[in-house]
Amino acid sequence: MSQADNLAPPPVETTPSFNMLRTLGLVATISGLLVVLSFRVTEPMIEQNKREAIERALFRLVPDAVSRRDFIASDNRIQPAGEGIDGEKLYAGYGQDGKLKGIALEAAAPGYQDVIRILYAYDPYCQCIRGFEVLKMAETPGIGDKIIKDPAFLMNFEALQARPNADGSGLEQAIVPVKHGTKTQPWQIDAISGATISSNAIARMLNDKSQLMSPLIQRNLALLENGA
Amino acid sequence: MAELPNRQEQVSLDTFLRGLWQENPVFVMLLGMCPVLAVTNSAINALAMGLASTFVLVASNSLISLLRNFIPKQVRIATYIIIIATFVTMVDYAIQAISLELYNALGAFIQLIVVNCMILGRAEAYASKQRLWPTIINGLGIGAGFTFALLCLGVVREILGAGELFGFALFGDSFQPWVVMILPPGGFFVLGAWLLIFAWFRQRREQAQARVEEQQQETVYER
Ligand SMILES: Cc1cc2nc3c(=O)[nH]c(=O)nc-3n(C[C@H](O)[C@H](O)[C@H](O)COP(=O)(O)O)c2cc1C
Repeated sequence: MSQADNLAPPPVETTPSFNMLRTLGLVATISGLLVVLSFRVTEPMIEQNKREAIERALFRLVPDAVSRRDFIASDNRIQPAGEGIDGEKLYAGYGQDGKLKGIALEAAAPGYQDVIRILYAYDPYCQCIRGFEVLKMAETPGIGDKIIKDPAFLMNFEALQARPNADGSGLEQAIVPVKHGTKTQPWQIDAISGATISSNAIARMLNDKSQLMSPLIQRNLALLENGA
Repeated sequence: MAELPNRQEQVSLDTFLRGLWQENPVFVMLLGMCPVLAVTNSAINALAMGLASTFVLVASNSLISLLRNFIPKQVRIATYIIIIATFVTMVDYAIQAISLELYNALGAFIQLIVVNCMILGRAEAYASKQRLWPTIINGLGIGAGFTFALLCLGVVREILGAGELFGFALFGDSFQPWVVMILPPGGFFVLGAWLLIFAWFRQRREQAQARVEEQQQETVYER
């Protein structure tokens, strides 16, 4: 190498725009292929998991049930679930004899940390709520999560009254939480002392949903009974 | 970091073991603190998060290593992020397919693997310069180190905070769990304790090494 070569400024490295576009385009294509492929492969498994989770919860909530059928509530009416019908899902459970045993519905409200989502069982013959299963929650362990463990709290849901009023516009008596140890009426929820916020969330979501759905279910009971 | 730019590393046992100990992403490099604190409230969550992160790390860095001569440096960050996000999405679907319960427990932290700086850091510092084979081995080592660290936290927090390990009760009914350990403050306590232990070990080793060197020098002088 000559002296002059050493002194010359190093050549500026340039990358043609084409190279950048080529790389980004190729990587985006690979990405697209992989994402769509894995979505297609896992989709049926995820759907199956979701179905099983609902089914397990339903059969725990309605222990007499051996089969189920889905219905959709929309525009103030209930119809069997099918392709292309959007709305609130209802899961009806039927016993060995083919009789309607209970209906499970989803409800949600903000708790202490995040939204609590539950599935609860409505018994149209006693017009009451027969229990709930938490689908998703992030309540504080040891405090808020007592809503699924505290036996005294769960006693509230042996037969929590959710009876529609005479004109079917809502509940006869709103479901309300009361301070621990002061429950006197079947529509009251005895809150957990120290976890009032989580208890109130359960009461609120049950009340909001029942105000709408209890009258609707009673009006459409014949359809639901013939479901199996 | 130990390797010089553009020097190809020869694969050795050290390529893997470095990630477990000397360059442990959590206890030494303090990377990826967000999942370390957030999802180590139980051993199973810690294990799942560790394995998911390891998969994303190894898969994304392998692809980056294969394409390394093909990625102009002006667009490298965009390229890495697309590649990492792709594998995170795949893991996200895979976990939903394996168990919805686990998926709900890990919450948003699966998606947040995209911004785990351990992974982008490895891409920038290692995979973009090294051949495929060392990249895979090194990634597996770093991933194992990350999983090990998460398990260290998860096991301690679950035992103290819930009296359980992998969901099995360890003590009788008389055990009163130390609930704060599975709450966020417990994450900081346990991480602090582990960092203390690691720093103490390192210091002792360095002191021992210094003593050995001193003695060697003395023998040289005596001669
Ligand atoms: C760290 C922390 C976590 C808490 N988590 C919950 C919770 O998950 N659910 C809840 O209802 N209350 C929780 N609380 C308590 C509420 O702030 C509130 O004090 C309580 O609900 C009031 O109950 P009381 O009316 O029976 O006293 C938490 C408090 C603290 C300090």
